Order: sequence, then structure tokens, then C-alpha cells
Amino acid sequence: MSGALAVRSFDAIVVGAGGSGLRAALELARADLRVAVLSKVFPTRSHTVAAQGGIAAPLANASEDHWHWHMYDTVKGSDYLGDQDAIEYMCRRANEVVVELEHMGMPFDRLENGRIYQRPFGGHTQNYGSPKMAMRSCAAADRTGHAMLHTLYQQNVRAKTQFFVEWMALDLIRDPADGAVLGVTALEMETGEVSILRAKATLLATGGAGRIYWATTNAFINTGDGVGMAARAGIPLEDMEFWQFHPTGVAGAGVLITEGVRGEGGYLLNKNGERFMERYAPNAKDLASRDVVSRAMTTEIKEGRGCGPDADHVLLKLDHLGPEVINQRLPGIREIAIKFANADPVRDPIPVVPTVHYQMGGLPTNYLGQVVVPKRGDPEVVLPGLYAVGECACVSVHGANRLGTNSLLDLVVFGKAAGECMVKDLRSMPEALRELPRDAGEPTRARLARLDGAASGERVAEVGNDLRRTMQAHCGVFRFPEMLVEGVAKMKAIAERAGRSFIADRSKVFNTARVEALELDNLVETAMATVVSAQARSDYPERDDANWLKHTLWHKDGNRLEYKPVHVKPLSVDSFEPKVRTY
Amino acid sequence: MKITIYRYDPDKDERPYLQDYQVKLEPSDRMLLDALVRIKAEDETLAFRRSCREGVCGSDALNINGRNGLACITRIADLPEHVTLRPLPGLPVIRDLIVDMPQFFKQYESVRPYLVNDSPPPERERLQSPAEREALNGLYECILCACCSTACPSFWWNPDKFVGPAGLLQAYRFLADSRDQAAGARLDDLEDPYRLFRCHSIMNCVDVCPKGLNPTGAIGRIKEMMVKRAV
Repeated sequence: MSGALAVRSFDAIVVGAGGSGLRAALELARADLRVAVLSKVFPTRSHTVAAQGGIAAPLANASEDHWHWHMYDTVKGSDYLGDQDAIEYMCRRANEVVVELEHMGMPFDRLENGRIYQRPFGGHTQNYGSPKMAMRSCAAADRTGHAMLHTLYQQNVRAKTQFFVEWMALDLIRDPADGAVLGVTALEMETGEVSILRAKATLLATGGAGRIYWATTNAFINTGDGVGMAARAGIPLEDMEFWQFHPTGVAGAGVLITEGVRGEGGYLLNKNGERFMERYAPNAKDLASRDVVSRAMTTEIKEGRGCGPDADHVLLKLDHLGPEVINQRLPGIREIAIKFANADPVRDPIPVVPTVHYQMGGLPTNYLGQVVVPKRGDPEVVLPGLYAVGECACVSVHGANRLGTNSLLDLVVFGKAAGECMVKDLRSMPEALRELPRDAGEPTRARLARLDGAASGERVAEVGNDLRRTMQAHCGVFRFPEMLVEGVAKMKAIAERAGRSFIADRSKVFNTARVEALELDNLVETAMATVVSAQARSDYPERDDANWLKHTLWHKDGNRLEYKPVHVKPLSVDSFEPKVRTY
Repeated sequence: MKITIYRYDPDKDERPYLQDYQVKLEPSDRMLLDALVRIKAEDETLAFRRSCREGVCGSDALNINGRNGLACITRIADLPEHVTLRPLPGLPVIRDLIVDMPQFFKQYESVRPYLVNDSPPPERERLQSPAEREALNGLYECILCACCSTACPSFWWNPDKFVGPAGLLQAYRFLADSRDQAAGARLDDLEDPYRLFRCHSIMNCVDVCPKGLNPTGAIGRIKEMMVKRAV
């Protein structure tokens, strides 16, 4: 089969051109390596573009701050399930990478003294959880992701990075001898041609899979492609039960309203006009971490204090900030609220509801971006040739709950780290590429042959909708054992249906039906990993550190779980010991 | 709702044609993109680009009843009962509503759309006053959807020589940045009968920009900068 597919060779392949893929690509391109960056969409259309509120860095421009305080907040926010070595690494490099973005031209907002503007954000405090919030979020109005993604793309234009735009990676190719990753198969969407791209180092930077849920802040393209590729290639997935529900998605539409609204002074109200967060988080109130706020909102709604005719949302009030602050710091939010909620926040509150936003789990990696898998009793052995960064990776810096603004930071810190690590690893590798196995590309060929050969079957859209409804109903903010057991059974049936799906479109040219069918395979892997991992760890009101201070690893083979320890030891400082989380 | 859509699949169609769809909308369908997704669930051969569905990624630019816009932030309630959708004008069609964009991006990349500042970077951020930063508002927000350039008759006529409104807006974004040091080279590059001066202030770009930006205004500022340095 591989003889029939065109083969292109590179030093390195980057799959995905969002914030982390572009940051890594920059390191590789500047090192004069032959790099191919593949993306399903033109780079500036990647979902990083939708990030709003800011990127965390303890620059201390607007309040006293320290990387160790940021580290404490991140460890606590993760519910102590983040790896403290990776968290220390990220917080220590935050200032460096943010200053670099500024030097690249990113249009951060400014303070009177000319320094980068910083605003408070949920869970970010001064002095190890004191009631004083830290001004740590570096912002470009409420378009920080857009500003960052465009800046990184611009720098790649300057570095002459080679892009393969509207190419979708389909499967990993592994060496049967030692499992090393030798490249990917990929579909050129315009022509329908499938080829093999081989390289000594492959980086997955494919983003999250928020589209496994019905109500999501995520873009259509967020279908967990890298996660699906890894699962099919026999690589386990870490902590897939942890999904972040962002407190403020526009009710009914799902579109994100940044936490920066609350950072600027907005707050949530129930139907009685009560500022209910005061009851759940007396100090941080509306700026408690996202899991706390989402649970509080869901409780308010469940107990009948929701707003609207169906009592199914709460209200985000910000008119008291005044038109000047709203227009200067939150102009995009105003646009979105007017368009998607018929509410002009200068006058009206925005109806909001907790909405799936971010995948904390993913491919297990160390803090250099190398993928690590269990082997002969060692839980973390480097898998040669494969790297992962960004939302598709689980470093793990976010543990069970990511703090706002730590996602953009994760992208650039670990994008850069992975790029550096790949450059170093490539220098020590032999000049020649490894031989491809004779059946390289066969799994991809089989998937496409099944799809193209099916004369009838179920519509991809129908199976996909059932998948999203199932995950929404069975794997939400609060999770219950019976619901999860049922959810796993339903997902197994959906996975079988996906294997019998059918597309009516036979065209070679820009066949988006085929793309959506291939994406469905990835959604199925991600959803199955999520619901199976969640079943092992259904919600209890109290955390159980004796039994559950550990990471889950889901294997597609056998649909089974294993566990590995959390790294409680940082790189250079003392551990933060688990304690009860209050805000 | 009736939607008529330009259809063309080079794999099977000899020539493009228009196809009518009757769409049964649900109460949750607010935007034109929702209607397109509903059509695609019935007829999956319809090809169009989409991603963020909130007007920030720039994927789903279309010609909607003769006017360029983004499907995801065009409210169905604001449209007439019968809507005709065509691909963006002036670029080759790959299939259905999907146009071939390299010509557009080539012009964008030709303006060197990146900050040039070769002085040694300080340890901290370069300073910029709030006023200097404000000069970038209305420029950096561009999402490269191509609504403007493909609404511009000068770009239709000379897509290979005229930079077009989107590229020129970005050229000015860097000319206006207090941190950029390449103003002279940037102006030299644009001082050309085609690259900049094919803009005749028709202002279609301003009219269609889904983000409310003003490329014609930016082009005027570039011309002012050229005049200033000439005297």
C-alpha cells in the first residue's frame, strides 16, 4: 500500500497550527530544519483565535506578583492533580514567553507607564491564596487569542515556515520494532489525495475535542484529531475524564463570554437578583476557579433559582462597569452579546450557563513535550519520535481544573519547550530517516476503503448528534455512577454505529462529508476515553486523596484503565501539600 | 426559508448551477450558518468552510444576496425569506462555496505582515503608551476573511498586482505601530502604480467588513505618510 501513496520526507512534522503548533514551528524553522506544518484550516482560523481574556504571567505590572504564587494557584486550581514539576516549569517561564510575544509584535493593551496591561482572573491570587487577587492576566482587549495567534503566524511567515494548509492528518505511522513514530498519513482536502509524510519527529498540536458535547464553546474543527490518532495507534490517554465547563457560555448559543468580564468587575445573579457566588466563595466570589463557579451556577439552576421562562440560566451583569470600560476592555464581548443573546451589556445582563470549554486530559507528556507511555513497570518511558503540546496533550499542568489564562500560557511555554526539545533530539539522531514498515498507511487505507465502499448506512451527522447528546446527558458538570454506566453502554453502541456510517458524497474535490466522517472516528475515541475514565472516578462531594491522587490512563485496546502517580515533587522548590480548596 | 446556493463540483459538474433548498428552521437556528448546517445534514454534498461560528476565525465568508459577509454572524431574522448564496467573487472556485485563497494570502504576505524591530530586545517588554497602542485599534482585529478584497473591483481586476484592502490594512497596522522600525522600507514597497495606488476609494471594503474595520481609511493614512515623507 505504501508504494501507492506519495511519500514526502521532512526532519519534523507539526500537526496543527494553533498557538502551540505555531510556537513550536517557529523554533524548528529558526533552526533551519525541514519542517512541515499541517493544518485542517488556514492557521489563523485555528481555535486559539477565540481565546479572549488573557495570558497569565507574573509580570507584576499592576500588582505585586511572583511565579511561586502563580505556581501555588495553579496547583490548587488543579485540585492537586497537576504535576508540580511541569507547573513549576510553566510558571517560571511565563514572563519570558510573554515578553517574547510582545517583542514579536503582539498588541497587548498598555498601562499608563507603557507596560503590558494586566487584569485579575479567577483563582489567581497574591501571596498563596490571600483574599487579594493578583493582576496576572496580560490582555489584548478581549481578543488576546486572536492577537497571539496572528502574531505567531506572522512570525512564521517571516521565518518562511512551510505550511500544508487544509491537510488533515489521519493516522500515526509507528515502527513495529520499538513503537517509534515515523510520521503520519494525511488527506489533502482540495484534491482528496492521501499521502505519507515521514519525519524523525512528529508533534501533535491538534487542540481539544469540545465537539463531543452538545453545548460547547468550541469551534466545529475541535474534534480531537490528535487524540483519536493516538488512541488508534495504541497510545494511552491521560486524565480524559477532566473537562472544564466554562461558567459563562451564552445560554442557548454556547459562544464564550470571557471570565475577563468578571475580572473587570462583572458578577453573576440568580433569579432573585442575588449575587449568589458570595455564598459559595466568600473571598474570591465571582473570581473563584471555574469548577467552583460552574458547580455553584448548576446548583442554583437545579434548586430553582435560575432565570428565564425555563429557569435554565443565570445572568452576568456588567452594565455598572460603564460604556467606557466595556468598549475599551470588552468590545468583542459586547459584539457577541448583541449578536448571540440580543442583549447589549451596556444596559442588559447576559444570560449565561456553564458550557463545555476545555479538555484537561490528552496525550501523556513530560514537560519537554515528549510523549511518555508505561513500559515494563515504568509509567513514563519516552516514546521515540512523538511529541504533543497544547490542549491535546496532558503535561499535566491543569490537573482536574485549569485556571483561566493558563491555556494560552501552556501553548507558548510548552510549544517553545517542545520545539527546543525536538531541535535537540533531531541533532542527535542519525542523518537517514528510518525505513517505513511495508504496511505503512494500511490502517488509513482501510478506513477510507470502508467509507468509500459503504453503499448504505447511517448518516455521519446523525451518529455525531447522538454522540453529543449522550455525552451532554451522561457526563456533565455533576456525574452519577448509574448515569455513567449507562453512558458507557450508549457510547459503545455509538462507536459501532460510527463503524457502519455512510457518506453519499463520492467527490475527490474538497469532500467535507468525508472529512466529517473521519472526524467522527476521532470524536468517538475521545468520548469513549472520557466516559470510561469518568466512570472510574464519578463525582463525590469530597475529594479522596488516599485513593484518587493519581492520573488515569485509558487504553483503547480493551477499553481499560490503568493509573500512574501524580508528580507531587516540583523541580526545585518544596511540594504544595493537598488541602481543602476554598476560595 | 428558501435558500438558493451556487453549486459546482469539478469532479462531476460540467458547469456551475444554482440549487434551491427549502430549509425547515428550528427555534435555536439564529444565524445563516445554522441554516447551512441544517441543509448539510440533509445534503452532505454541499461544501462550505466553517469553524468558530462566532465571527472570529474568518472561515465562512460568502456572498449573501450580492453582499459579502460571514454566515455565522448574519442573523436569519435580518435576511429576506429568499436568500441566494454564492462563493466570494473574484477568486477561483474550488467547489460550491469554497474559493481558492492563495492569491489573497500572497498579497497579505507581500506586505511583510510582521513587526520589524532589529534593535536588541530589552529584558522586559518594549514600552508603548496607551495612546500609541490605541493607534492599532481598528487594524489588528482583521480576521483575514477576504470579504473586503473580494468586494473590491480593483482587486478583481489586478489580484496579482494590487495588494487589496485586507493586505493594505495590515501594512498600515505595522506602519502605525510605535515599535516598528521598517516604515521607510514599507512605504518604498508600496510606492508603486499598482500595489497601493489601484485603490480608488470605492469603499466596498468598508461597506462589507464584518468586523466594522475601515481599510479605505488605512489606505488614506498610508498615502498621507508618503506625502509627508516626500515634502
